[in-house]
Amino acid sequence: MNIHGVRAIYVSEMARTGRTLLQSVVSPVLSTSLYFVVFGAAIGSRITEVEGVSYGAFIVPGLVMLMLLTQSVSNASFAIYFPKFTGTIYELLSAPISHFEIVLGFVGAAATKSLLIGVIILITAGFFVPLQIAHPVWMVVFLVLTAFTFSLLGFIIGIWADGFEKLQFVPLLIITPLAFLGGTFYSVDMLPPFWQTVTLFNPVVYLISGFRWSFYGIADVSLAASVGMIALFLVACLAVVSWIFRTGYKLKA
Amino acid sequence: MSSDHPVRYRGAETGSGGPVQREASVTALHRPAISVSGLSKTYASGFQALKNVDLEIRRGEIFALLGPNGAGKTTLISIICGIVNASEGTVLAEGYDVVKDYRTARSIIGLVPQELTNNAFETVHSVVSFSRGLFGKPPNPAHIEKVLRDLTLWDKREAQMMMLSGGMKRRVLIAKALSHEPRILFLDEPTAGVDVELRREMWDVVRSLRANGVTIILTTHYIEEAEEMADRVGVISNGEIILVEEKSALMDKLGSKELVLQLPEPLEAVPAPLRHHGLELAAEGYELVYTYDTQSEGTGIPELLRDMDQAGIEFRDLRTKQSSLEDIFVNLVRNRP
Repeated sequence: MNIHGVRAIYVSEMARTGRTLLQSVVSPVLSTSLYFVVFGAAIGSRITEVEGVSYGAFIVPGLVMLMLLTQSVSNASFAIYFPKFTGTIYELLSAPISHFEIVLGFVGAAATKSLLIGVIILITAGFFVPLQIAHPVWMVVFLVLTAFTFSLLGFIIGIWADGFEKLQFVPLLIITPLAFLGGTFYSVDMLPPFWQTVTLFNPVVYLISGFRWSFYGIADVSLAASVGMIALFLVACLAVVSWIFRTGYKLKA
Repeated sequence: MSSDHPVRYRGAETGSGGPVQREASVTALHRPAISVSGLSKTYASGFQALKNVDLEIRRGEIFALLGPNGAGKTTLISIICGIVNASEGTVLAEGYDVVKDYRTARSIIGLVPQELTNNAFETVHSVVSFSRGLFGKPPNPAHIEKVLRDLTLWDKREAQMMMLSGGMKRRVLIAKALSHEPRILFLDEPTAGVDVELRREMWDVVRSLRANGVTIILTTHYIEEAEEMADRVGVISNGEIILVEEKSALMDKLGSKELVLQLPEPLEAVPAPLRHHGLELAAEGYELVYTYDTQSEGTGIPELLRDMDQAGIEFRDLRTKQSSLEDIFVNLVRNRP
């Protein structure tokens, strides 16, 4: 195991976060805080409780999940796309480091960063709405699993992308809509029956539902379904990453 | 670089390398630095960049790989370093297969790529330290400092990469490759777009690396550099190695010399009594050029001068010129079918 190599990648990626603190940490925290102000305080005050939870508090897990998903994907995709773009990828490919170790360094750093943002958002939310965490261990499990899984997805996108547009495509046009329609701002029960069924095809529903359950003990789908879905995602992403390295897809001629 | 400040890129002071590596370096003494056999590469586009290449590079030598653009130089280096997959064939680095034993093989190879790539926002010191870690070596600030000082980068260590000139970026790429103390160093067109001073400094570094037993493989367009630096020269053309030879032997074997005679009066044609010498006219008839083979028994010069005297042709001055590696190289590549 090339520990020094993994550490070098991880430290270098975290240093990049440090250099771009405003864009990488402050900006997502600020935009999430705006959601709390607008939906939680202004509009939320006119909405009755959802399943016994005040609306402001109800949206917190969804918003954290929304940020976790988009940040994980964009961090990891940019991290591996940038060396491809500048050409410094040659060094990764010529180094005595295994594919697993490369992924560990990049995905580990991206997940750490999005976890950091998730925790900061949670703390910030505590200032706006009363928070309670019913199942803290499960909450951490969901946070960590989601951060790693979607950082893996980001890694895949970063390798697949051959331009900045493709890089933005998935976080903006797929992840964000799925998260908005995945029950960030509402309970699935509030939808007409037809849309309730359609919603169940949205994988993000399972993540948000499970995560919200760890806070308030209320869920749209069963805990097992939520855990199963995230595990399925993780395995799928791992399979794609290992295929990428085995074939050298978009990495090696 | 001053002479009382020798560069030591390999050495016990780093304490790196476990028993396996130490044992490897003992047995590796008997193996060639690089051994390429039956290597072919066909890109997805169908372009065949390498055709059944065999090549052996000896330990501790400076090997110059010459070839026109698109000949396959960079593809060959990229396969050896793990950046491109081979279609067929094997490559061993000090006996280690670059695919099966990639960890050992790659840890002893350093690569300075042709393209000036850089992480724009990072500092010189951090990108060089990064390379050392990536290649599995524990941090060694003393070694990093030595490398940066030898490449006159120490004063720029906190500068962001994007603030550096092209020549400075090139130095950083070399520093990155040397940061992990490679035993084999690839320099792909290292002096392209580099000023004279830096080029001289680089060659000083290369010489001291060689003095410490590092094997160096370089490609260059500046043939005089190959001529000056290399122990052996390989010529690659259209994906095939068409020649590998000791540089001196190559120059002796293929070297021809020219005798140029400057005339006081121009000639319109080579006079009949001199025709059998195979002379050519140059400089609008003011020069007679005689080409002769340095390897043959007689050069034919005394006979030529005698015939000229008899024909009453005088000359003002004369000079001789040894054909350069470049002439040899151009001839080799041009004469291929």
